[in-house]
Amino acid sequence: MGMTITEKILAAHAGKDEVRAGELISIPVDMILGNDVTAPLAIQEFERIGVKTVFDPDKIALVPDHFTPNKDIKSAEQVKIMREFAQRHGITNYFEIGRMGIEHCLLPELGLVLPGDVVIGADSHTCTYGALGAFATGVGSTDMAAAMATGEAWFRVPATLRLIYYGKPRPWVSGKDLILHTIGRIGVDGARYMAMEFAGETVAGLSQDGRFTMANMAIEAGAKNGVFIPDAITDEYVKARARRSYKFYTSCADADYADIIEINVSEIEPQVAFPHLPENTRGISDVADVTIDQVVIGSCTNGRMEDLRVAASILAGRQVASHVRLIIFPGTQAIYREALREGLLDIFVAAGAAVSTPTCGPCLGGHMGVLAKGERALATTNRNFVGRMGHPESEVYLSSPAVAAASAIAGRITSPEAIMGKGCLG
Amino acid sequence: MRQLKGKIWVFGDDIDTDAIIPARHLNTSVPRELALHCMEDADPTFAEKVGEGDIIVAGGNFGCGSSREHAPIAIKAAKVACVIAESFARIFYRNAINIGLPILECPEAVREAKEGHEVAVDLARGLVSNVTLQRTYNAVAFPEFMQAIIGAGGLIDFVKEGLEEGSRHG
Repeated sequence: MGMTITEKILAAHAGKDEVRAGELISIPVDMILGNDVTAPLAIQEFERIGVKTVFDPDKIALVPDHFTPNKDIKSAEQVKIMREFAQRHGITNYFEIGRMGIEHCLLPELGLVLPGDVVIGADSHTCTYGALGAFATGVGSTDMAAAMATGEAWFRVPATLRLIYYGKPRPWVSGKDLILHTIGRIGVDGARYMAMEFAGETVAGLSQDGRFTMANMAIEAGAKNGVFIPDAITDEYVKARARRSYKFYTSCADADYADIIEINVSEIEPQVAFPHLPENTRGISDVADVTIDQVVIGSCTNGRMEDLRVAASILAGRQVASHVRLIIFPGTQAIYREALREGLLDIFVAAGAAVSTPTCGPCLGGHMGVLAKGERALATTNRNFVGRMGHPESEVYLSSPAVAAASAIAGRITSPEAIMGKGCLG
Repeated sequence: MRQLKGKIWVFGDDIDTDAIIPARHLNTSVPRELALHCMEDADPTFAEKVGEGDIIVAGGNFGCGSSREHAPIAIKAAKVACVIAESFARIFYRNAINIGLPILECPEAVREAKEGHEVAVDLARGLVSNVTLQRTYNAVAFPEFMQAIIGAGGLIDFVKEGLEEGSRHG
């Protein structure tokens, strides 16, 4: 019996010929990530261990992205803890405001996470890097602290759920729609403790940005990691960015899967997840009249160039509805600059949108777009839990950037086709 | 390990970490401050009414969503003795073990539990007893590896022991 890509990466790091689902292993990690919410707690625990130095100052990334630019005094104190720790330990990958980005957009962009890596991050969306053919998973602050001291983390090897996507996507259907549809089908615990392996002809043709979006939301189905088999698209993205060697792994044809689900993409419409779980998905034609107060385009899920380009293609020459606040936040400084160069930011501002510096702020109700009681938002982010973007009695709907941009113009949730007409390709 | 006994508070399925400790309170990691907002978006009055040694009983996928360790810390700092659920989301499960918050998966006990029942938990034997109903259930036992972490008092102490061991052996 062969191994899955997840098992192969874990086996290689364990120094074993093979590992199997259920096996407990303690293995070296290639990168450890923390942010301004989770790292201060990890630093406090690290100091309790009593070691003088971190295991490797080049293999830790500290990204102040959640409540930054600092939203209040307490947040400023948290970032200060990170900054001083980074200075004290000579952490090379600390990113200050003005040079940072949303962690899961930034690390791949800088080539800090690569195919074949084992990555842990004290942030649940660390699973994003599986889009490059890495094993990447979210952990808590204590796991981060222990790994900063030892360079290792323990795992139970996950069983793998293989998702095979086939067929031609309809107009405006993106990676976001595929993953929302998948979560709607298997549920928010449908892949609990498992690896989600995204395969099939449709995802083989999916852009790297679209793959990041899909892997990013594996956690919303309860998965330990999401993973793509790396290919020419991966290599194109990685080769100019990598400053160390990397390795492509692939699943064996006779690998052992816990389950295999086939999804005919040609049947999927643009998707919307209704409050208050990402599994409450509907096709756009099943969305009745839902008026909205705010639209958010960006985040670690959908803050990349492809996302901004599709939003701009819809917003160009149009105006955001008078009762809607549209907030757009590019994922990194490099994405921000590229959007500036391509004229996208001008399109956004001319349409009546607010464009923000990269931050996680609005996605988790931190700052830069918090909702009042009774307000309703449509967001390209990843979670629509109760109170996620503000008041516990506010509502969050999730969609792709195309649906979000069209809806901002209409003032209610609508399809890109309703704005652009039929026959336009997304 | 301790024998725990307390009044239970019942929650449903998919209680996420935003409900356990909303992000608006994450600009601090001080346990007693987090405890003031424990379970706030699932039950705004929980922090006021929960008593020391009480037990949370919940449905499936408890602690789904964010990796914030602040979630099990808030529950522990609210003096909740234990969480019993049908199942736990994986990062929450890991975090609870790592910080020393006792948790148990026991679907049968959850299904028959009603708010206000008194429940006793024997962590070492993996037993849950509903004192009110006078029924006892077998919970899923921890793998040996996790018992070692719990036995050491959490992951940090487990790592400390390991590092000291390592330095003794050169």
